[in-house]
Amino acid sequence: MVKPATTKDDAHALFYSLRSAYSATPTNLKIIDLYVVFAVFTALIQVAYMAIVGSFPFNSFLSGVLSCVGTAVLAVCLRIQVNKENKEFKDLPPERAFADFVLCNLVLHLVIMNFLG
Amino acid sequence: MRHNSSQLGYKVQSASIEGRGVKLEIARSTVLKPIGDDSSSHFRLVSSPAIKFEMTRKLGFAFLLLAAASICEAAAIFSPISEAHRSAALELFSPAAGTFSSLEEATEALRTFEVLGIEIESDLKDSTCKSAVDALSSGSPNSKDLYYALRVSSVLQCKISDGALTGVALRLKDFVKDAKSLLDFYYSIGGLVLIKDQTSEVDVLLDDADGIFRSVKDLSQSDGKWRYSSNNPESSTYAAGIALETLSGVITLKSSDIDGNLIDALKRDVVKLFDNIDKYDDGAYYFDDRFVDASGHQGPVSATSSVARGLTTLASTSGSLNIPGDKILGLARFFLGIGVPGTGKDLYYQIDALASLDQSRVLVPLILSLQASVLSISSQDKLKVKVTTVLGSTGPPLSVKLMQVFSSGSKDASIINQELKFDPKEAVHVLDALPVGVDVGEYVFAFEIVLSDPEHKKIYVTGGRTKVPVYVTGVVKVENSKVEVLESDSVETQQKLDLPGKNDVALTANHLQKLRLSFQLTTPLQNPFKPHQALLKLRHESGVEHSFVVNSGKLFETTLDFLGLVENFFYLSGKYDMELTVGDPAMENSFLQPLGHIELDLPDAPEKYGPKPEIAHIFRLQEKRPPQELSYAFLGLVFVPFLAFLVGLLRLGVNMKNFPTSMIPAAFAILFHGGIAAVLGLYGLFWLKLDLFTTLKTLGVLGLFLMFVGHRTLSHLASASAKVKSA
Repeated sequence: MVKPATTKDDAHALFYSLRSAYSATPTNLKIIDLYVVFAVFTALIQVAYMAIVGSFPFNSFLSGVLSCVGTAVLAVCLRIQVNKENKEFKDLPPERAFADFVLCNLVLHLVIMNFLG
Repeated sequence: MRHNSSQLGYKVQSASIEGRGVKLEIARSTVLKPIGDDSSSHFRLVSSPAIKFEMTRKLGFAFLLLAAASICEAAAIFSPISEAHRSAALELFSPAAGTFSSLEEATEALRTFEVLGIEIESDLKDSTCKSAVDALSSGSPNSKDLYYALRVSSVLQCKISDGALTGVALRLKDFVKDAKSLLDFYYSIGGLVLIKDQTSEVDVLLDDADGIFRSVKDLSQSDGKWRYSSNNPESSTYAAGIALETLSGVITLKSSDIDGNLIDALKRDVVKLFDNIDKYDDGAYYFDDRFVDASGHQGPVSATSSVARGLTTLASTSGSLNIPGDKILGLARFFLGIGVPGTGKDLYYQIDALASLDQSRVLVPLILSLQASVLSISSQDKLKVKVTTVLGSTGPPLSVKLMQVFSSGSKDASIINQELKFDPKEAVHVLDALPVGVDVGEYVFAFEIVLSDPEHKKIYVTGGRTKVPVYVTGVVKVENSKVEVLESDSVETQQKLDLPGKNDVALTANHLQKLRLSFQLTTPLQNPFKPHQALLKLRHESGVEHSFVVNSGKLFETTLDFLGLVENFFYLSGKYDMELTVGDPAMENSFLQPLGHIELDLPDAPEKYGPKPEIAHIFRLQEKRPPQELSYAFLGLVFVPFLAFLVGLLRLGVNMKNFPTSMIPAAFAILFHGGIAAVLGLYGLFWLKLDLFTTLKTLGVLGLFLMFVGHRTLSHLASASAKVKSA
């Protein structure tokens, strides 16, 4: 007897296909994705901390969260620009994109450090 | 204020009223001493008796008179010349070395003595006569000396030979011819008139009386004042009086008739002068020269006196003058209102003017005075009124009626119209009984004088309705007096008092209770009475005193609420003596009585002056911080994603293959990474201790370096990857 296709099976199938497709992406993009995930997790941990102890030095909380979020955003921008399949940025050398990423991060972190208090 | 001083200057005989065991002495009022050697219009009280309700209980009569003057404008007491003036004359005119210092002073003294009827010692008489005769016989070039010498000799009736007088008369006639100023005319013509009075043997008649009259009259001014000489514009009323005397002297000495028009014009001038007369509220009329004129006189007494003399002399020589009677009476009132002046000159002016008014052919003033203006109900004093001439002699037969009685402060009066009985023995008019309703207090009685003989109206002036202040005193009954201690408005202790007798109550109270004292005051006519002072005094054993006013109303009472007074009493507990004072000038039995004592129990005083509590500064409380362990835990937790990142990188097979191997690019690459690390380190320092400005400065430097290095590195990498691509 053939088992009817359950939602669970569909989810499994979707997950596996996604995983296999993802493994095809170039390594540098995976590094960037990993970096983004790391930043987001750090932000989540900070939010959880604030939820527990209260938002007393609110500026510190904001700067912490915003640094994570900002760096994640910049990393996403870098990924877009570096991705070879992206036709829009074909002519942009990845080194240039990386230089932009570094510069923007430095500016972001200066602001964050000032706001950290 | 003038009319106050006019009252206060009056010296009153003392009156003492006894009643109910309390003796009230009305003290003599004080003598006013005018300021300045001549009379000025300002008098100052030398000493004023204060009203004290202490043991001595002397009432100041001056206060009564002051109050009287303040009730009603026109009420005033004028009294004729009395013994006080005589004793003042003796005091002021007693010559220092047995003789008078000058003939002028001698004239003033002798004239005053003559009017007041004082005898002069024969030694003084002889020495003065001698100096007068010497002056007359010496060839003195001064008409003034001759004039005064003649006056002295006429008063003292010194024996001067007719021959000497003839010589003097001739010299005086020369002076008249050469006279230029008013005073020259006055002395020379006055001298001639005196000679004429002394003897009829000497020829004193003037040849050119008309011309002399005209030249004196030319010095007159349109406002009635006179100038002293034609080239001196100063004019004064005093000069006017002198001029009138001089001109009447000319009329007496005429050898032929003077033009009647001139005399009429002169009479019109006199009327004009009287139109500019000054007036006080109490009915006194006077002239005031407010400046020092040529002869050194100033002030109202000399000016008014000179005019009075001039007026009466003119009236006696040339017939009646059209001056209203109330102004004549006003002049008399002015002089009587001065009281007893303080200098000889002023006394002379006063007495001389009053004597001239008394004998004048214009109108003789009659003065209404009271023998005593304080009447006591309890001793049933009768009001006695005297009507005399200004010098104190009896007037013509007349009757006095009491027309109205005003009570103090109110304008309405009760109409009485009662005639007073005349007592010929004492020459007083007596009011048998006080009008109905006249109770204890201050009143103004309005009298009217009616002359018995209607012909006398042309001779005497009485002034119509005369208002005088009268004080009625009496014994005031104190009834229903009691003192109570109240506990929240209900009576706890009550003690009846026997006022104004002795009392000795003993009460106790604490600070939550109240003390109430109440009594009623009734006059002899059963009216409620409001005294001038009603005070309750509490005195602590240590001597601290507190006074409270007893409020008046239907009942006199005061309630002392100790709760509110605790602080005023300085928190002193203990025995307080109570004293009640009730007093009024019209109350014959004013009293100051100790009532007894009260034991007060007051709470303790709070510490007012000790050190205040120290204030510790409370710093801002720190916000609640989470426990340190939690924070450390999360710190560790935050590093977990980083570790996971590193692990993931390793899993992804991160490598350093693209790292440049050759020397220079490698150096640049190292510098690039080093630069980024330095910037991040700078941020760390910035967070820890640097400020923004140094950070930015350093960042600028580092940034430039990084940009240069980064550019080199990345362009190297880019060219490397382009080579790989193309290859």
